[in-house]
Amino acid sequence: MGLLNWRFLEENIFKILMIFSILIVVGSLILIFTVIVFNGVSSISIEMLTQTSSPRFYLSKGGGGMLNAIVGSLLLAIPATAIAFLIGICIALYLQRDFIHPGISNFIRLCLDILWGVPSIIYGIFCMTIMIALGMSTSLLFGIIALTLLEIPIITRSIDESIKMVPLGLKESAYSLGSTKFETAIKVVRRQALPGIIAGVLLGLGRGIGDAASILLTVGDSNFIPTSIYQSTAALPTMILNLLSMPDPNVQSKAHAVAFVLLIIVLFISIISRTLTKKSTKYVIK
Amino acid sequence: MDKRKLRDLIGTKLMLIITIFSAFIFFLILFTLITGSLYIIEDQSITKLLFSSTWKPRSGEFGLLGVIVGTIIVTSLAMIISIPISLLTAIYIVEYSHKKIRQIIRPFIDVLAGVPSVVYGLCAFIVFVPLVRDVIAPFFGEYNSSGFSIFTAALILSIMVFPIIISLCVESFNAVPIELKEASLSVGATKWETVKKVVFRASGPGVISAILLGFGRAFGETIAVSMVIGNQEKIPSSLFSQGQTLASIIAQNYIDVMSLPKLESALIFVGLILFVVVLIFNLLGFLVLRKARSRWDY
Repeated sequence: MGLLNWRFLEENIFKILMIFSILIVVGSLILIFTVIVFNGVSSISIEMLTQTSSPRFYLSKGGGGMLNAIVGSLLLAIPATAIAFLIGICIALYLQRDFIHPGISNFIRLCLDILWGVPSIIYGIFCMTIMIALGMSTSLLFGIIALTLLEIPIITRSIDESIKMVPLGLKESAYSLGSTKFETAIKVVRRQALPGIIAGVLLGLGRGIGDAASILLTVGDSNFIPTSIYQSTAALPTMILNLLSMPDPNVQSKAHAVAFVLLIIVLFISIISRTLTKKSTKYVIK
Repeated sequence: MDKRKLRDLIGTKLMLIITIFSAFIFFLILFTLITGSLYIIEDQSITKLLFSSTWKPRSGEFGLLGVIVGTIIVTSLAMIISIPISLLTAIYIVEYSHKKIRQIIRPFIDVLAGVPSVVYGLCAFIVFVPLVRDVIAPFFGEYNSSGFSIFTAALILSIMVFPIIISLCVESFNAVPIELKEASLSVGATKWETVKKVVFRASGPGVISAILLGFGRAFGETIAVSMVIGNQEKIPSSLFSQGQTLASIIAQNYIDVMSLPKLESALIFVGLILFVVVLIFNLLGFLVLRKARSRWDY
């Protein structure tokens, strides 16, 4: 009987530990949100959203906002996502069995998986090396390149996973009607995998907008909205780092507002992703 | 040749070129990092770079020992905190929780995975730094800690690797065939005994790959770490002293790169170490994951 008791005791101990762990995990998420939202709301103002920053923005209370960083982040992440999407969908469609030997495609998948796990600072230092070798200075262009490289594996692998789910019969019926491989890929597979494609692109966009390490080394900083691709620009993540490196607590509290905006944008993208994925599922043949 | 076939040919070849290019990126990065770091390796030997602990870019000394030690401590501490919590959470989600709770928790973990690292860093800056300075460090008898410490960095890193370990573990626990569990339960094992002796063993490779990939993530995390670790390149004397990791040293020193070519090369060398180490862990992780996936077919 003692043994039996110990077995159930053990079960209960671990059950308690599990609930404890789950509370830590969920609690840490709630903690992050409350801290950012609470601090952000108290330090945000309309001027911060509608004005570009100025040198004074980094020195004292008042004086400018983060409009240039918001626009800068969008100018970095949207073109990068668009390029990464174009490249990613080509790769993902090509990785199908119809085009390439499964052995080779599995090797490419492994390469992409490894690239997915590569820390984003590596892309940053890679682009910075090229930038210095070409004798150019920090600019929007190299930020976009770094983010594109960062997003290619994410977008490609997400699209690839959803393309794998496309039923073989669907492709076979397209072929039997006389369509070429390319037509089947573009017209049939693409439509069937649409929810996965949307989810993948928005996942990439979310990662791109929030990533600091890759653009830290490549975009520099400025107080204006960039007008050309060769200009430096501010971005939301780098602005947070710059504000936080100032000793004045008033300036540091502006970082909370910027982080709040960044978090809202990222959440917004994730919500859009969920709704669009759900909506586009109706075109999928089950 | 008709138009459709021509389009097929062009489209297919274009896709092939882009696909080759994507595999090529990987080697291009490796090649660039190696050629970029040759300058510093020729200037000072590899042993001096790896085993000297003086980092003074302005006087040309680039000893990385302190940083490497810092990285190993931060990463392992983060994993020690994260692994048990993530595993228990994953088990609870798969084996114990009600379906409704599961549906609530999964999106939570997805959101946690999507939060930008700079937001994690800011949160650690606001909450963990004072917490470590005023509560945790004094509790362990360290009264001089500034709060910016190795322990703080490990704490936020452990939260950052939760989602990756949990989601991979949930996936692999779910793949264990129900017959195996039923067989164990039917001979009188308790649920926990089944988890311990059947589920863990059956999904072993999946769990190992989750840990390896989580390690890779923690090892390369830059921004959140550099915001709270204190950025001192010496060998850390305790868990509550300031330190530096391989990733955060790049973020802290890049600003002087234009004026100090040796620093640029040294940072590229640091990038190379990071790249190679993460590469090895990810390669192992994904190979084990493939094995796990082919075992239970998920």
